[in-house]
Amino acid sequence: MNEDFLRIENLSKRFGATLAVDGVTLDIGRGEFFSLLGPSGCGKTTLLRMIGGFTLPDTGTIALDGQDVTTLPPNKRATNMVFQSYAIFPHLNVRDNIAYGLRSERLSAAERERRVAQALAMIKLESYGERRAHQLSGGERQRVALARALVKRPKVLLLDEPLGALDKRLREAMQIELRQIQREVGISFIFVTHDQEEALSMSDRIAVMENGRVLQVADPKTLYEQPNSRGVADFVGTVNFFPGKIIAVTGDSVAVETALGRMTLRRRTNLAAGARVTIVIRPENLILSHEAAAVSGRIAAVSYLGDRRQFQVSINGATVIVAAPNSAAFGIGEPVHLGWVPDAVMLFPE
Amino acid sequence: MLRRPAASPSRRFAPQDEGGWASRSTRHGGRGLAIYAVLYLAFLYVPVLLLPLFSFNDSAFIAFPLSGFTTKWYAAMAADEDMRAALGNTLKVGAAASLISTILGLLTAKVLARGIPGGAFFAGFASLPLFIPDIVLGIALLMLVTSLDIPLSLQSVIVGHVAICLPFAVAVLLSRFEGFDVALEEASRDLGETGWMTFWRVTFPLVLPGIVASLLLTFIVSFDDFLIAFFLCGTDTTLPVYIWGELRFPYKLPNVLALGSTILIASSALIALAEWVRRQGVSGQPRDPGIGI
Amino acid sequence: MAGAKSELRKTSGLARIRQALRRSEAARGYLLLSPAMAVLLFALAAPIALLVLYSFWKENGLVLDTTPTLAQYAAIASREGYRTLFLRSIAISSLVTLVTVALAYPMAYFVAFRVTRAKFVWLLLLTIPFWTSYLLRVFAWKVILGFDGVINSTLISLGLISHPLEFLLYNPTAVVVTLAHAYAAFAILPIYVSLEKIDRSLLEAAADLGDGPLRRFLRVTLPLSLPGVLGAAVVIFVPTTGDYVTPTLVGGSDGVMIANIIQVQFGRVNNWPLGAALAIGSMAAVAVIAVAFIQAARLAVARIR
Repeated sequence: MNEDFLRIENLSKRFGATLAVDGVTLDIGRGEFFSLLGPSGCGKTTLLRMIGGFTLPDTGTIALDGQDVTTLPPNKRATNMVFQSYAIFPHLNVRDNIAYGLRSERLSAAERERRVAQALAMIKLESYGERRAHQLSGGERQRVALARALVKRPKVLLLDEPLGALDKRLREAMQIELRQIQREVGISFIFVTHDQEEALSMSDRIAVMENGRVLQVADPKTLYEQPNSRGVADFVGTVNFFPGKIIAVTGDSVAVETALGRMTLRRRTNLAAGARVTIVIRPENLILSHEAAAVSGRIAAVSYLGDRRQFQVSINGATVIVAAPNSAAFGIGEPVHLGWVPDAVMLFPE
Repeated sequence: MLRRPAASPSRRFAPQDEGGWASRSTRHGGRGLAIYAVLYLAFLYVPVLLLPLFSFNDSAFIAFPLSGFTTKWYAAMAADEDMRAALGNTLKVGAAASLISTILGLLTAKVLARGIPGGAFFAGFASLPLFIPDIVLGIALLMLVTSLDIPLSLQSVIVGHVAICLPFAVAVLLSRFEGFDVALEEASRDLGETGWMTFWRVTFPLVLPGIVASLLLTFIVSFDDFLIAFFLCGTDTTLPVYIWGELRFPYKLPNVLALGSTILIASSALIALAEWVRRQGVSGQPRDPGIGI
Repeated sequence: MAGAKSELRKTSGLARIRQALRRSEAARGYLLLSPAMAVLLFALAAPIALLVLYSFWKENGLVLDTTPTLAQYAAIASREGYRTLFLRSIAISSLVTLVTVALAYPMAYFVAFRVTRAKFVWLLLLTIPFWTSYLLRVFAWKVILGFDGVINSTLISLGLISHPLEFLLYNPTAVVVTLAHAYAAFAILPIYVSLEKIDRSLLEAAADLGDGPLRRFLRVTLPLSLPGVLGAAVVIFVPTTGDYVTPTLVGGSDGVMIANIIQVQFGRVNNWPLGAALAIGSMAAVAVIAVAFIQAARLAVARIR
């Protein structure tokens, strides 16, 4: 992937006393589905708006396909945005909404018609041309907003939490559809969301943000399995934390003393004996069994999630969350033994 | 930054609900209140409706019993040259004042709806004319105009009227802008339009009902003003000032009634129109249940 | 390209101004506000400032003496006549406010709580009379209350009285009735708006907790509608103290109010400084009274449990 299609360098923006975006540097490739993931207030929307030209950065540059666009106004940039509120013009019907941006491009009427028809077909709302905003459902409005932006053939499409207002089932359907459209159209999508499942399922790469900074940029698998910090691990997926202390470092393994007892892990970091660390294990990497294993505890609670079960296990005073298939039949109060997948245990300095 | 649609109001209970668990006394109280409401409306309208009633009465005295139907007072009114001149002046002043105050109100409301540091101060300042008695404003403007050696004329009346009309224009347009999603303008710019074209293609059509309502409302405020015009108009009178002069002559009273009735009907129609237009959301849905002045 | 600050493309002054306007939404806002503010400065702030200045000057024959002096205010404070007049105006306005608000509240309550489908129609009906010429409405009352007027002629023709009633017109009562009618809309709308805003589930909760209809009204509806009531009171009280047309047409010599005395200074008496002092003095006094009243009302209602 040509990764320097959109280059963002050292971008910062301050609002009053708050530093919303703090020296962010990112490279996004041509045709990539790139997500900005983080909690509310982490700066992802501000970053998106700077890419789109709605907010001027205080420092830094943005280069799109080799051209410096940092100070260009939105109407002169080859980016287009799908707004969080969709911003469908209430005084125009669907067809006129989609055609709105074509007025400023010198196209023949026939070409305009053709593109609008194409767009309507792409979002599967061919018969909706004459309807107005208030006659559309949330999902339909979202699709019209998408078509309106895509019909301008931007180099980058910016999407500001477009699926947030939709119910779960519709959201999941739209996620698949959006990904499909992106592949068909082949342009870069920058997608802002606070929902990590959404980001993981749709993206080629994800940038996890917190407090205006980028914590990690990686593809979903790497992000999930090899987070570079406790913050990222915590945000992407569920985790269990334990404090620990390194007892010994021998060759390529590390012995750590934790609440779960002694763990021997593959050495991946340069920490010395005596260092305080945090052990992070995801619920699906913990194994419950009746047979004796490293640690023992008692089932405190059981949640039935439909496709799997979740157990809360109390061990040495701490509570651990374990995910298990429905076949795992443990009752409340039952004593169990806990094991773990060694390679899936993450270790971070405190 | 981005506006979310307003939350829907909590469930209102309909009179059925109230009747459902209300005691019998409340139900009687309910009817009493309805009777009161009708009586109150009568109190409001009867004095006003007397004007048209006696304008068709064939008598120079405004008293019961009625003498017979006639339209001669209307004919006399229409023939009155001074009245026609005053009406012309009033229309000129009204048109100018409503146009200027609406434009100013448009700019002000747009900024205040978005929010700006010190916005509360500006909003207060723009509403100040409502809290200053007309007589004080009238004499103060008289002082300013004479000390600047500006002659008293319709122009000075227009200035005074713009000051008193501005709060109304701002109020009407503000309510229009507050329901306006900021993202709509950003979307327009994102799709390639310049600032000016964005105003014409998006902002203006959506605010248009508010603009029309503001024009009508401010026109009526200007049309009806007596005191400011009284102090500032010099020799070219406006209609209210003309009527004031006529009130001294008892034999001209029915003429004044005819004039008054005509004004009454025209302004009622205009205000109903203004309110209907203001409530036209582009979706066709009314935005609020009341007259949000 | 990389570096601390990105350079501005053009360095010309105009482009820099345009850049600054693009960066700061506030700057753009102030620019758009400036025409309206300029007009208000000229048409509102400047005249009032001049008025204040005049109140510190003196009229010597045909010449304006601009040495600052408190002579006008002293004259107002010392002459009994002015004080009586002022107190009478306050009394009339207070009565008007009370009557108007008291009459309007049930009406507003009716539309807010009892009308379901036609609220717009009711509100329109209630406000239409007030967009007709104020002058004509006062004149209509003059016609109604007059010696040969509607009330008298009706009562005589019905045989209820033989001589016309003389106490109807040209006194403070006529002024109160006329003003109460004229300012009714100013009471109905604010009260209606604050009643309409009350969350109905609050009343349901009060009922659930044991309150009957009267207590629900006194403990929930009334306190929550207070901002509207106070707003209405101020919006009626302040302008009515300075009303000119009504006392002139229906007040007679007993119903003279401040505005009449002020106007006279700009008419035949031609003592502008005195007129200015009267205007400023009465405006200030009215403002103080209004604020005091609001504070007192708030304190009183805060004690409702």
